[in-house]
Amino acid sequence: MSEFKLDVVMAGVGGQGVLSAAAVLSMAALEAGLYVKQGEVHGMSQRGGAVKALLRIGSEPIRSDLIARGTADMILSMEPVEALRYLEYLSPTGVVVTSSEPFRNIPDYPDMDEILGRIAELPRSVAVPAETLARQAGSGRAGNVVMVGAASPDLPLDPCLLEDGIVALFRRKGEKVVKINLDAFHRGRAAAREMAHSP
Amino acid sequence: MILLGDEAVGLAALHAGIAAAYAYPGTPSTEIFEYLERTGPGGFGITAHWAVNEKTAYEQALGTSMMGRRVVVSMKHVGLNVAADPFVNSGLVGIRGGLVVVVADDPGMHSSQNEQDSRWLADFARIPCLEPATQQEAYDMTREAFLLSESLRTPVMIRLVTRLCHSRSGVTPREPEAAPRLTHDPDDRDWMLLPANARRLWDERVAGWPATVERSEGSWWNRFETETGAVAETPAGGGGLTVITTGIARNYLLEADPLEVPPHRHLHLGMYPIPEALVREACGGAEDILVLEEGYPYVERLLRGLLPSAVPVRGKLSGDVPFTGELDPDRIREALGLPLSPSMVLPNLTLPGRPPQLCQGCPHADAFRAVLAAMDGFEDGLITGDIGCYTLGALPPYRAMESCVCMGASIGMAKGAADAGMRPVLAVIGDSTFLHSGVTGLMDAAAHDTPMTVLILDNETVGMTGQQPTALPDSRLGPIIEGLGVDPDHLHLVPTHPKRTDEFAELLAAELAHEGLSVIVGVRECIVAARKRKAAERAAAAGAES
Repeated sequence: MSEFKLDVVMAGVGGQGVLSAAAVLSMAALEAGLYVKQGEVHGMSQRGGAVKALLRIGSEPIRSDLIARGTADMILSMEPVEALRYLEYLSPTGVVVTSSEPFRNIPDYPDMDEILGRIAELPRSVAVPAETLARQAGSGRAGNVVMVGAASPDLPLDPCLLEDGIVALFRRKGEKVVKINLDAFHRGRAAAREMAHSP
Repeated sequence: MILLGDEAVGLAALHAGIAAAYAYPGTPSTEIFEYLERTGPGGFGITAHWAVNEKTAYEQALGTSMMGRRVVVSMKHVGLNVAADPFVNSGLVGIRGGLVVVVADDPGMHSSQNEQDSRWLADFARIPCLEPATQQEAYDMTREAFLLSESLRTPVMIRLVTRLCHSRSGVTPREPEAAPRLTHDPDDRDWMLLPANARRLWDERVAGWPATVERSEGSWWNRFETETGAVAETPAGGGGLTVITTGIARNYLLEADPLEVPPHRHLHLGMYPIPEALVREACGGAEDILVLEEGYPYVERLLRGLLPSAVPVRGKLSGDVPFTGELDPDRIREALGLPLSPSMVLPNLTLPGRPPQLCQGCPHADAFRAVLAAMDGFEDGLITGDIGCYTLGALPPYRAMESCVCMGASIGMAKGAADAGMRPVLAVIGDSTFLHSGVTGLMDAAAHDTPMTVLILDNETVGMTGQQPTALPDSRLGPIIEGLGVDPDHLHLVPTHPKRTDEFAELLAAELAHEGLSVIVGVRECIVAARKRKAAERAAAAGAES
């Protein structure tokens, strides 16, 4: 593989499974023989607040645990408002991949149409209804894995390796949970591809 | 293996052959001990105990070392303040089994009350300090720290920062060592800090300091690097600029494209005390010196001294790097005079904040509703707070507490405010924080029957750091409080429940009006801990069936 790097800012609300989604991506990258740095947030800010995780993947050793402003290739968000919170980190050529469904736990949550409108203004964006697709797969809690699927067409990672990552992460929770999450991944991936092909 | 910086330290301690590990939970250090607890007792046969606080943890570590066995004790930066007494004095004793104290600083205050820099405390106690820049260095330095501790007969500090603690990357471990056996030397006088003996030990420590500096001069962790981060024998690179980095600041320097960074010599420091000769060599002939370090300007201040220098020394004191907050690649770019990359911009975008908040169904929420209702009946009133999830009760919608200073301060401050004449005064503290540092403050209040009320929110766990067990189950809090001398008529153990908020508020109001000390323990299990417990019980039941 030629020299490359991929920087992803992952966003969501504490409890939405941002760290699990990051774990699936980093496991797949490691399996692909790439270098990985995965920055997480633990402690107080996890309690229902805005959560940011960082994932850096590259063919060469990675120096910084943090991503410089304007250099991220992707913002991958579990929630539409959170998708816009870290835009300053996104490169002008980067893509925002987000759930289109809100997580309302604050009194001043903005108008949904306006937020989705702002996301659509971006040069490159993908929005999929993560929770709805997760429910169709069998559990509303698999929204994070739906988003991994939605991001996958824009990632230089073999989807089979992402599937292996999902199996590895959820194996200890039983076969049923693994099956739901694999289904969630495929639904997210299909929805993103469909969106990319629509005008 | 892909490990958090914290986990890399834990694994290295196991591979170094420790006999025991002690800690009190605190972000960002918690995962060090959690890793040791998860993998240590089964795989390596170690003792791993959460301690009541950092001081007791450190003292237990001293005892293990005195018996010739290796030990690791871990805590967050402000935890080291609690352990400061044994920590500073341990700089005098003759360490036997390697003692490594891992301290996790929190620049940027992601989950802390301040951003103090533990390198100053290592210096203060005259203890060598290793500061890793990567997860691999966190592993390698921890392994080395045990050897260093035994050869210099001193504790060794590993100083971590949040970004390294909570970032994962690949780590290649080495072959584990066998654990040293217990050895007891009853004639060893190097642990007896009676004045006459302490004077001898202090003289020896001071006389031995140059040898410690010598270790630092020759350490692999203090070295010249090329502009691409390769190790160099002598100062490499041209130009008049010398850049000195410590810890993870190096990563941000190397993150910038070497082609755009101005030509410079680069000295990286990973071990303290500062290798003075190496620093002089790096700065010889320099026209400009830039110091990049995470935390306080420790190296920079030593370089600047008091008298004017012929060469400008730039860093946090000069304003070239922001004094407060966390470093990042952009702050380092600015210090190097490099432009920032253009970002994606949406004009006129305003987003609501999403601060952390109490979980849905959290028992603290019911307690705060009762507190606000009880306080409603008084014209004025003071609520002092403490450290835990319930500190979020200071935020809307509750806005209940007016103070949060350090572990246990709610009780001492309430007494001081009551002594000043304030009525009513309520101290709000969690069960784990109470055991950590609240008991002693309550003893003061009980000794004087101070007119104040203490509300202990007993959720039966250390909630905020991830539901670690507390030292004592809730059923034993009552007898302890009574044993301190609190009047049993004004000591109440009550369940906090949404359906009983009115009752709870009435009780609080009555005790707030009482002209003496009262203690109310509101008991209900943390909702997250309850969920985890039930899931574990279900899994155990399913396992028993199959």
